[in-house]
Amino acid sequence: MLLVCFGFSAPGQKYILERSSVIFFSAGAIEDIRAENIKTSSIFNVSTGEVVFLVPISDFEFEKELMKEHFNEKYLETVKFPKAIFQGKFLNIKSDQVGEQVMKASGKLTIHGVTKEVNFAGTIDIKPNRIIARSKFTIRLEDYKIKIPQLVWQNIAEEVEVTVEFYYKPQ
Amino acid sequence: MRVAITLLFLLPTFCFAQDDLLKELQESEKKETEYVISTFNGSRLVNGQSVETRHKRELEFIFAHRFGRINDGIYELFGLDQAYVRIGLEYGITDRLSAGFGRNSVDKTMDTYLRYKVFRQTIGGGMPVSITAFGNAAVKTSPKKKDADYDIQLQDRMSYTAQVLIARKFSPALSLQLMPTIVHRNIVADQTTENNDEFALGIGGRLKVSRSVSLNSEYYYRFDVPAGNPYYNSLGFGVDIETGGHVFQLVLTNTRGLTERAFISETDGDFLAGDLHLGFNVTRTFQFKGARK
Repeated sequence: MLLVCFGFSAPGQKYILERSSVIFFSAGAIEDIRAENIKTSSIFNVSTGEVVFLVPISDFEFEKELMKEHFNEKYLETVKFPKAIFQGKFLNIKSDQVGEQVMKASGKLTIHGVTKEVNFAGTIDIKPNRIIARSKFTIRLEDYKIKIPQLVWQNIAEEVEVTVEFYYKPQ
Repeated sequence: MRVAITLLFLLPTFCFAQDDLLKELQESEKKETEYVISTFNGSRLVNGQSVETRHKRELEFIFAHRFGRINDGIYELFGLDQAYVRIGLEYGITDRLSAGFGRNSVDKTMDTYLRYKVFRQTIGGGMPVSITAFGNAAVKTSPKKKDADYDIQLQDRMSYTAQVLIARKFSPALSLQLMPTIVHRNIVADQTTENNDEFALGIGGRLKVSRSVSLNSEYYYRFDVPAGNPYYNSLGFGVDIETGGHVFQLVLTNTRGLTERAFISETDGDFLAGDLHLGFNVTRTFQFKGARK
Protein backbone atom coordinates (compact mmCIF):
# COMPACT_ATOMS: atom_id res chain seq x y z
CA MET A 1 0.00 0.00 0.00
CA LEU A 2 2.74 2.42 0.98
CA LEU A 3 4.65 1.54 -2.15
CA VAL A 4 1.60 2.21 -4.23
CA CYS A 5 1.24 5.57 -2.55
CA PHE A 6 4.83 6.57 -3.20
CA GLY A 7 4.55 5.28 -6.69
CA PHE A 8 1.69 7.58 -7.44
CA SER A 9 3.02 10.69 -5.73
CA ALA A 10 6.29 10.55 -7.66
CA PRO A 11 6.95 14.02 -9.05
CA GLY A 12 4.82 15.02 -11.98
CA GLN A 13 5.28 18.39 -13.64
CA LYS A 14 5.39 20.85 -10.74
CA TYR A 15 4.85 24.56 -11.00
CA ILE A 16 5.61 27.31 -8.48
CA LEU A 17 4.50 30.92 -8.30
CA GLU A 18 6.18 33.62 -10.25
CA ARG A 19 3.83 36.25 -8.89
CA SER A 20 0.44 36.30 -7.27
CA SER A 21 -2.28 38.47 -5.89
CA VAL A 22 -4.85 37.69 -3.23
CA ILE A 23 -7.29 40.54 -2.73
CA PHE A 24 -10.09 40.69 -0.26
CA PHE A 25 -12.80 43.24 -0.37
CA SER A 26 -15.52 44.01 2.10
CA ALA A 27 -18.16 46.61 1.42
CA GLY A 28 -19.08 48.49 4.59
CA ALA A 29 -21.63 51.12 5.47
CA ILE A 30 -18.95 53.59 6.52
CA GLU A 31 -15.98 52.52 4.49
CA ASP A 32 -14.97 49.72 2.13
CA ILE A 33 -12.06 47.62 3.20
CA ARG A 34 -9.65 46.26 0.63
CA ALA A 35 -6.36 44.48 1.17
CA GLU A 36 -3.90 42.81 -1.14
CA ASN A 37 -1.34 40.11 -0.51
CA ILE A 38 1.42 39.41 -3.01
CA LYS A 39 3.44 37.08 -0.77
CA THR A 40 1.51 33.85 -1.31
CA SER A 41 3.51 30.72 -2.03
CA SER A 42 2.15 27.71 -3.86
CA ILE A 43 3.07 24.48 -5.58
CA PHE A 44 0.87 23.08 -8.33
CA ASN A 45 1.36 19.63 -9.78
CA VAL A 46 -0.10 19.94 -13.23
CA SER A 47 -0.20 16.23 -13.93
CA THR A 48 -2.29 15.38 -10.87
CA GLY A 49 -4.03 18.73 -10.37
CA GLU A 50 -2.87 18.82 -6.76
CA VAL A 51 -2.19 22.22 -5.37
CA VAL A 52 -1.27 23.84 -2.04
CA PHE A 53 -1.20 27.51 -1.02
CA LEU A 54 0.28 29.31 1.94
CA VAL A 55 -0.95 32.86 2.45
CA PRO A 56 0.96 34.81 5.13
CA ILE A 57 -1.73 36.80 6.91
CA SER A 58 0.59 39.58 8.08
CA ASP A 59 1.38 40.42 4.44
CA PHE A 60 -2.08 41.72 3.62
CA GLU A 61 -1.54 45.39 2.88
CA PHE A 62 -4.35 47.82 3.61
CA GLU A 63 -4.95 51.40 2.66
CA LYS A 64 -4.68 52.29 6.33
CA GLU A 65 -1.92 50.91 8.51
CA LEU A 66 -4.18 50.94 11.53
CA MET A 67 -6.60 48.63 9.71
CA LYS A 68 -3.76 46.22 9.07
CA GLU A 69 -2.82 46.31 12.72
CA HIS A 70 -6.38 45.61 13.86
CA PHE A 71 -6.87 42.93 11.19
CA ASN A 72 -3.86 41.02 12.50
CA GLU A 73 -4.23 41.78 16.19
CA LYS A 74 -7.96 41.56 16.76
CA TYR A 75 -9.58 39.60 13.96
CA LEU A 76 -7.17 37.05 12.49
CA GLU A 77 -4.96 36.63 15.60
CA THR A 78 -1.98 36.34 13.31
CA VAL A 79 0.51 35.54 16.06
CA LYS A 80 -1.46 32.36 16.77
CA PHE A 81 -2.50 31.59 13.18
CA PRO A 82 0.13 33.12 10.90
CA LYS A 83 -0.98 31.51 7.64
CA ALA A 84 -4.04 30.66 5.63
CA ILE A 85 -3.60 27.27 3.96
CA PHE A 86 -5.35 25.68 1.01
CA GLN A 87 -4.76 22.02 0.22
CA GLY A 88 -6.67 20.54 -2.64
CA LYS A 89 -6.99 19.99 -6.34
CA PHE A 90 -7.75 21.89 -9.49
CA LEU A 91 -10.33 19.63 -11.10
CA ASN A 92 -11.33 19.07 -14.73
CA ILE A 93 -8.07 20.39 -16.17
CA LYS A 94 -7.02 19.34 -19.63
CA SER A 95 -3.32 19.94 -19.18
CA ASP A 96 -2.49 19.34 -22.84
CA GLN A 97 -4.95 21.96 -24.00
CA VAL A 98 -3.46 25.42 -24.46
CA GLY A 99 -5.65 28.40 -23.65
CA GLU A 100 -8.16 29.39 -21.01
CA GLN A 101 -10.51 26.79 -19.58
CA VAL A 102 -12.99 26.63 -16.77
CA MET A 103 -11.99 24.65 -13.70
CA LYS A 104 -13.08 23.91 -10.19
CA ALA A 105 -10.90 24.03 -7.10
CA SER A 106 -11.81 21.69 -4.32
CA GLY A 107 -10.11 21.02 -1.02
CA LYS A 108 -9.50 22.15 2.54
CA LEU A 109 -9.16 25.80 3.39
CA THR A 110 -7.71 26.75 6.77
CA ILE A 111 -8.09 30.31 8.02
CA HIS A 112 -7.76 31.47 11.62
CA GLY A 113 -7.08 27.87 12.65
CA VAL A 114 -10.42 26.64 11.29
CA THR A 115 -10.46 24.13 8.42
CA LYS A 116 -13.39 23.89 6.00
CA GLU A 117 -14.08 21.82 2.91
CA VAL A 118 -14.51 24.29 0.06
CA ASN A 119 -15.24 24.39 -3.67
CA PHE A 120 -14.43 27.39 -5.83
CA ALA A 121 -15.09 28.03 -9.49
CA GLY A 122 -12.34 29.57 -11.52
CA THR A 123 -10.39 29.57 -14.73
CA ILE A 124 -7.01 28.24 -15.69
CA ASP A 125 -5.01 29.58 -18.60
CA ILE A 126 -2.36 27.23 -19.94
CA LYS A 127 0.47 28.72 -21.96
CA PRO A 128 3.88 27.37 -22.85
CA ASN A 129 5.78 27.40 -19.55
CA ARG A 130 3.13 29.53 -17.87
CA ILE A 131 -0.09 28.67 -16.10
CA ILE A 132 -2.42 31.34 -14.78
CA ALA A 133 -5.14 30.40 -12.30
CA ARG A 134 -7.89 32.85 -11.37
CA SER A 135 -10.85 32.68 -9.06
CA LYS A 136 -13.31 34.87 -7.23
CA PHE A 137 -15.29 33.61 -4.28
CA THR A 138 -16.79 34.72 -0.98
CA ILE A 139 -15.85 33.73 2.53
CA ARG A 140 -18.17 33.96 5.48
CA LEU A 141 -16.19 35.25 8.44
CA GLU A 142 -18.41 33.32 10.80
CA ASP A 143 -17.34 30.01 9.19
CA TYR A 144 -13.79 30.64 10.33
CA LYS A 145 -14.72 31.97 13.77
CA ILE A 146 -13.60 35.48 12.92
CA LYS A 147 -15.66 37.61 15.26
CA ILE A 148 -16.47 41.21 14.66
CA PRO A 149 -16.85 43.33 17.80
CA GLN A 150 -20.29 44.85 18.22
CA LEU A 151 -18.92 48.38 18.33
CA VAL A 152 -17.63 48.30 14.79
CA TRP A 153 -20.10 45.91 13.25
CA GLN A 154 -21.27 48.41 10.68
CA ASN A 155 -17.72 48.75 9.45
CA ILE A 156 -17.14 45.16 8.43
CA ALA A 157 -19.34 42.96 6.30
CA GLU A 158 -20.01 39.38 7.35
CA GLU A 159 -18.93 38.12 3.97
CA VAL A 160 -15.80 39.16 2.17
CA GLU A 161 -15.11 38.78 -1.51
CA VAL A 162 -11.78 37.21 -2.37
CA THR A 163 -10.14 37.58 -5.77
CA VAL A 164 -7.07 35.49 -6.49
CA GLU A 165 -4.67 35.45 -9.39
CA PHE A 166 -1.70 33.09 -9.54
CA TYR A 167 1.00 33.11 -12.21
CA TYR A 168 2.85 29.81 -12.27
CA LYS A 169 6.15 28.87 -13.86
CA PRO A 170 7.82 25.43 -13.95
CA GLN A 171 9.68 24.55 -10.77
CA MET B 1 -14.12 -4.06 -10.15
CA ARG B 2 -11.66 -2.00 -12.15
CA VAL B 3 -13.21 1.18 -10.82
CA ALA B 4 -12.84 -0.10 -7.28
CA ILE B 5 -9.17 -0.88 -7.81
CA THR B 6 -8.54 2.49 -9.39
CA LEU B 7 -10.21 4.18 -6.41
CA LEU B 8 -8.13 2.11 -4.04
CA PHE B 9 -5.01 3.34 -5.78
CA LEU B 10 -6.14 6.93 -6.03
CA LEU B 11 -7.35 7.45 -2.49
CA PRO B 12 -4.02 7.23 -0.69
CA THR B 13 -2.40 9.29 -3.45
CA PHE B 14 -4.90 12.01 -2.89
CA CYS B 15 -4.28 12.24 0.83
CA PHE B 16 -0.52 11.74 0.92
CA ALA B 17 0.54 13.73 -2.08
CA GLN B 18 -0.98 16.98 -0.87
CA ASP B 19 0.66 16.63 2.50
CA ASP B 20 3.94 16.10 0.67
CA LEU B 21 3.35 19.21 -1.40
CA LEU B 22 2.47 21.19 1.71
CA LYS B 23 5.63 19.99 3.43
CA GLU B 24 7.69 20.85 0.40
CA LEU B 25 6.16 24.31 0.30
CA GLN B 26 6.66 24.95 4.00
CA GLU B 27 10.30 23.90 3.77
CA SER B 28 10.96 26.16 0.80
CA GLU B 29 9.67 29.26 2.60
CA LYS B 30 12.16 31.87 3.67
CA LYS B 31 11.89 33.05 7.24
CA GLU B 32 11.47 36.82 7.47
CA THR B 33 11.82 38.77 10.68
CA GLU B 34 8.40 39.68 11.98
CA TYR B 35 7.83 42.45 14.47
CA VAL B 36 5.43 42.50 17.37
CA ILE B 37 2.52 44.87 16.85
CA SER B 38 0.04 46.51 19.22
CA THR B 39 2.11 46.35 22.39
CA PHE B 40 -0.31 49.02 23.64
CA ASN B 41 -3.55 50.37 22.19
CA GLY B 42 -2.60 54.00 22.31
CA SER B 43 0.20 56.48 22.51
CA ARG B 44 -0.55 57.03 26.23
CA LEU B 45 -0.45 54.38 28.92
CA VAL B 46 -2.43 56.47 31.41
CA ASN B 47 -0.89 59.94 31.72
CA GLY B 48 2.48 59.17 30.24
CA GLN B 49 3.83 57.87 26.98
CA SER B 50 3.89 54.35 25.60
CA VAL B 51 6.41 52.84 23.17
CA GLU B 52 3.90 53.09 20.34
CA THR B 53 4.75 55.43 17.50
CA ARG B 54 2.31 56.48 14.82
CA HIS B 55 2.43 54.77 11.46
CA LYS B 56 3.81 56.77 8.58
CA ARG B 57 1.50 59.62 7.51
CA GLU B 58 -0.90 58.94 10.34
CA LEU B 59 -2.20 61.88 12.31
CA GLU B 60 -3.50 61.30 15.78
CA PHE B 61 -5.70 63.84 17.45
CA ILE B 62 -5.71 63.44 21.20
CA PHE B 63 -8.13 65.10 23.54
CA ALA B 64 -7.38 64.43 27.19
CA HIS B 65 -9.22 65.71 30.16
CA ARG B 66 -9.01 65.46 33.95
CA PHE B 67 -11.77 66.50 36.30
CA GLY B 68 -11.14 68.02 39.72
CA ARG B 69 -10.63 65.98 42.87
CA ILE B 70 -13.29 63.46 43.72
CA ASN B 71 -12.83 64.19 47.44
CA ASP B 72 -13.79 67.85 46.96
CA GLY B 73 -17.24 66.51 47.61
CA ILE B 74 -20.74 67.28 46.47
CA TYR B 75 -20.25 71.09 46.34
CA GLU B 76 -17.83 70.58 43.43
CA LEU B 77 -19.89 67.62 42.22
CA PHE B 78 -16.96 65.34 43.08
CA GLY B 79 -14.60 67.26 40.85
CA LEU B 80 -16.85 67.41 37.83
CA ASP B 81 -17.12 71.20 38.13
CA GLN B 82 -13.50 71.59 37.09
CA ALA B 83 -11.75 70.53 33.94
CA TYR B 84 -8.11 70.35 32.99
CA VAL B 85 -7.64 69.72 29.32
CA ARG B 86 -4.84 68.89 26.95
CA ILE B 87 -5.44 69.02 23.21
CA GLY B 88 -2.71 67.62 21.04
CA LEU B 89 -1.67 66.24 17.69
CA GLU B 90 0.91 63.62 16.83
CA TYR B 91 2.11 62.77 13.34
CA GLY B 92 4.03 59.82 11.95
CA ILE B 93 6.98 61.07 9.92
CA THR B 94 8.07 57.47 9.40
CA ASP B 95 6.74 54.27 10.95
CA ARG B 96 9.31 54.75 13.71
CA LEU B 97 9.53 58.53 14.17
CA SER B 98 6.63 60.63 15.42
CA ALA B 99 6.40 64.31 16.29
CA GLY B 100 3.74 65.92 18.43
CA PHE B 101 2.62 69.05 20.17
CA GLY B 102 -0.15 70.07 22.47
CA ARG B 103 -1.44 72.48 25.01
CA ASN B 104 -2.47 71.67 28.54
CA SER B 105 -4.58 74.05 30.58
CA VAL B 106 -2.55 73.21 33.71
CA ASP B 107 -0.08 76.16 33.95
CA LYS B 108 -1.15 76.94 30.36
CA THR B 109 1.63 74.67 29.17
CA MET B 110 2.55 74.08 25.56
CA ASP B 111 4.64 71.04 24.82
CA THR B 112 6.33 69.62 21.76
CA TYR B 113 8.04 66.27 21.43
CA LEU B 114 9.65 63.62 19.29
CA ARG B 115 9.60 59.91 19.82
CA TYR B 116 11.66 57.38 17.95
CA LYS B 117 11.32 53.61 18.07
CA VAL B 118 14.93 52.48 18.31
CA PHE B 119 14.30 48.75 18.65
CA ARG B 120 11.25 46.69 17.77
CA GLN B 121 10.43 43.47 19.59
CA THR B 122 10.54 40.55 17.18
CA ILE B 123 8.31 37.48 17.06
CA GLY B 124 10.16 34.34 18.06
CA GLY B 125 13.29 35.65 19.74
CA GLY B 126 15.92 38.03 18.43
CA MET B 127 14.83 41.26 20.06
CA PRO B 128 12.98 40.70 23.35
CA VAL B 129 11.78 44.29 23.87
CA SER B 130 10.72 47.40 22.01
CA ILE B 131 12.62 50.54 22.98
CA THR B 132 11.42 54.03 22.18
CA ALA B 133 13.30 57.23 22.97
CA PHE B 134 11.12 60.18 23.91
CA GLY B 135 12.12 63.82 24.36
CA ASN B 136 10.05 66.92 24.91
CA ALA B 137 10.33 70.62 25.58
CA ALA B 138 7.53 72.45 27.33
CA VAL B 139 6.83 76.08 28.13
CA LYS B 140 4.59 77.29 30.94
CA THR B 141 2.88 80.36 29.57
CA SER B 142 1.33 81.14 32.95
CA PRO B 143 1.78 83.55 34.68
CA LYS B 144 1.68 86.52 32.35
CA LYS B 145 4.88 88.56 32.34
CA LYS B 146 3.20 91.53 34.06
CA ASP B 147 1.68 89.31 36.74
CA ALA B 148 4.93 87.56 37.62
CA ASP B 149 6.59 88.55 40.90
CA TYR B 150 9.93 88.99 39.11
CA ASP B 151 11.12 89.77 35.57
CA ILE B 152 10.27 86.35 34.16
CA GLN B 153 12.11 85.28 31.00
CA LEU B 154 11.25 82.58 28.48
CA GLN B 155 13.95 80.24 29.79
CA ASP B 156 12.40 80.43 33.26
CA ARG B 157 9.27 78.85 31.85
CA MET B 158 10.96 75.94 30.16
CA SER B 159 11.20 72.29 31.12
CA TYR B 160 12.59 69.30 29.26
CA THR B 161 12.02 65.58 29.51
CA ALA B 162 14.02 62.64 28.25
CA GLN B 163 12.70 59.12 28.55
CA VAL B 164 13.71 55.65 27.48
CA LEU B 165 10.55 53.56 27.13
CA ILE B 166 11.24 49.84 27.30
CA ALA B 167 8.31 47.52 26.69
CA ARG B 168 7.70 43.87 26.19
CA LYS B 169 4.54 42.23 24.95
CA PHE B 170 4.56 38.97 26.88
CA SER B 171 1.37 37.66 25.31
CA PRO B 172 -1.52 39.10 23.30
CA ALA B 173 -3.06 40.07 26.64
CA LEU B 174 -0.12 41.26 28.73
CA SER B 175 2.39 44.03 28.01
CA LEU B 176 4.69 45.72 30.54
CA GLN B 177 6.75 48.86 30.25
CA LEU B 178 9.62 50.50 32.16
CA MET B 179 10.29 54.21 31.81
CA PRO B 180 13.60 55.60 33.10
CA THR B 181 13.03 59.35 33.00
CA ILE B 182 14.69 62.66 33.66
CA VAL B 183 12.68 65.86 33.90
CA HIS B 184 14.68 69.07 33.91
CA ARG B 185 13.06 72.28 35.08
CA ASN B 186 15.03 75.49 34.58
CA ILE B 187 13.34 77.11 37.55
CA VAL B 188 11.60 75.44 40.49
CA ALA B 189 9.44 77.19 43.07
CA ASP B 190 11.70 76.29 46.01
CA GLN B 191 15.18 74.97 45.42
CA THR B 192 15.50 73.56 48.95
CA THR B 193 12.62 71.13 48.48
CA GLU B 194 12.63 70.51 44.73
CA ASN B 195 15.23 69.16 42.30
CA ASN B 196 15.81 70.95 39.01
CA ASP B 197 16.76 67.56 37.61
CA GLU B 198 14.20 65.00 38.66
CA PHE B 199 15.16 61.39 38.10
CA ALA B 200 12.27 58.95 38.00
CA LEU B 201 11.49 55.40 37.04
CA GLY B 202 8.08 54.65 35.66
CA ILE B 203 6.52 51.23 35.51
CA GLY B 204 3.29 50.37 33.80
CA GLY B 205 1.37 47.79 31.87
CA ARG B 206 -1.78 46.67 30.24
CA LEU B 207 -3.90 43.60 30.60
CA LYS B 208 -6.41 42.91 27.88
CA VAL B 209 -9.70 41.65 29.23
CA SER B 210 -11.33 41.32 25.81
CA ARG B 211 -10.31 41.98 22.25
CA SER B 212 -11.18 45.66 22.53
CA VAL B 213 -10.89 46.42 26.24
CA SER B 214 -7.78 46.54 28.39
CA LEU B 215 -6.87 47.58 31.93
CA ASN B 216 -3.87 49.86 32.25
CA SER B 217 -1.77 51.14 35.11
CA GLU B 218 1.20 53.42 35.47
CA TYR B 219 3.39 54.59 38.38
CA TYR B 220 6.30 57.02 38.41
CA TYR B 221 8.75 56.69 41.31
CA ARG B 222 10.98 59.74 41.86
CA PHE B 223 14.50 59.28 43.22
CA ASP B 224 16.23 61.48 45.84
CA VAL B 225 13.23 63.63 46.62
CA PRO B 226 14.34 66.35 49.08
CA ALA B 227 12.68 66.50 52.50
CA GLY B 228 9.66 68.75 52.53
CA ASN B 229 8.91 68.25 48.85
CA PRO B 230 5.25 69.14 48.40
CA TYR B 231 4.57 66.68 45.56
CA TYR B 232 3.69 63.01 45.25
CA ASN B 233 4.59 60.20 42.92
CA SER B 234 1.98 59.87 40.21
CA LEU B 235 -0.16 56.79 39.99
CA GLY B 236 -2.89 56.09 37.52
CA PHE B 237 -5.27 53.37 36.43
CA GLY B 238 -7.20 53.23 33.22
CA VAL B 239 -9.62 51.27 31.09
CA ASP B 240 -8.93 51.38 27.36
CA ILE B 241 -11.68 50.79 24.84
CA GLU B 242 -10.44 50.49 21.30
CA THR B 243 -12.94 50.83 18.46
CA GLY B 244 -11.51 51.08 14.98
CA GLY B 245 -9.81 54.44 14.65
CA HIS B 246 -10.73 55.59 18.16
CA VAL B 247 -9.24 54.80 21.53
CA PHE B 248 -11.19 55.82 24.63
CA GLN B 249 -9.32 55.71 27.91
CA LEU B 250 -11.11 56.27 31.20
CA VAL B 251 -8.62 57.05 33.94
CA LEU B 252 -8.36 57.49 37.68
CA THR B 253 -5.23 59.26 38.84
CA ASN B 254 -3.81 61.58 41.49
CA THR B 255 -2.58 64.17 39.00
CA ARG B 256 -4.24 66.89 36.98
CA GLY B 257 -1.33 67.47 34.66
CA LEU B 258 -0.88 65.98 31.23
CA THR B 259 2.65 67.06 30.45
CA GLU B 260 5.68 65.26 31.90
CA ARG B 261 6.68 68.12 34.15
CA ALA B 262 3.22 68.33 35.60
CA PHE B 263 2.54 64.67 36.27
CA ILE B 264 6.01 63.35 37.04
CA SER B 265 7.45 66.26 39.04
CA GLU B 266 4.43 68.25 40.17
CA THR B 267 1.68 65.82 41.09
CA ASP B 268 -0.08 67.46 44.00
CA GLY B 269 -2.60 64.78 44.91
CA ASP B 270 -2.04 62.11 47.54
CA PHE B 271 -3.52 58.97 46.01
CA LEU B 272 -3.98 57.20 49.35
CA ALA B 273 -5.66 60.25 50.87
CA GLY B 274 -8.22 60.11 48.09
CA ASP B 275 -7.02 63.08 46.04
CA LEU B 276 -8.22 61.40 42.88
CA HIS B 277 -9.20 62.74 39.51
CA LEU B 278 -11.42 61.05 37.00
CA GLY B 279 -10.60 61.74 33.41
CA PHE B 280 -10.39 60.46 29.91
CA ASN B 281 -8.15 60.42 26.88
CA VAL B 282 -9.81 60.18 23.50
CA THR B 283 -7.79 59.68 20.36
CA ARG B 284 -8.86 59.68 16.76
CA THR B 285 -6.45 58.55 14.07
CA PHE B 286 -6.48 59.84 10.51
CA GLN B 287 -4.48 58.24 7.71
CA PHE B 288 -3.28 60.44 4.90
CA LYS B 289 -3.46 58.81 1.49
CA GLY B 290 -0.49 57.24 -0.16
CA ALA B 291 1.07 55.81 2.96
CA ARG B 292 1.75 52.52 1.24
CA LYS B 293 4.47 52.33 -1.32
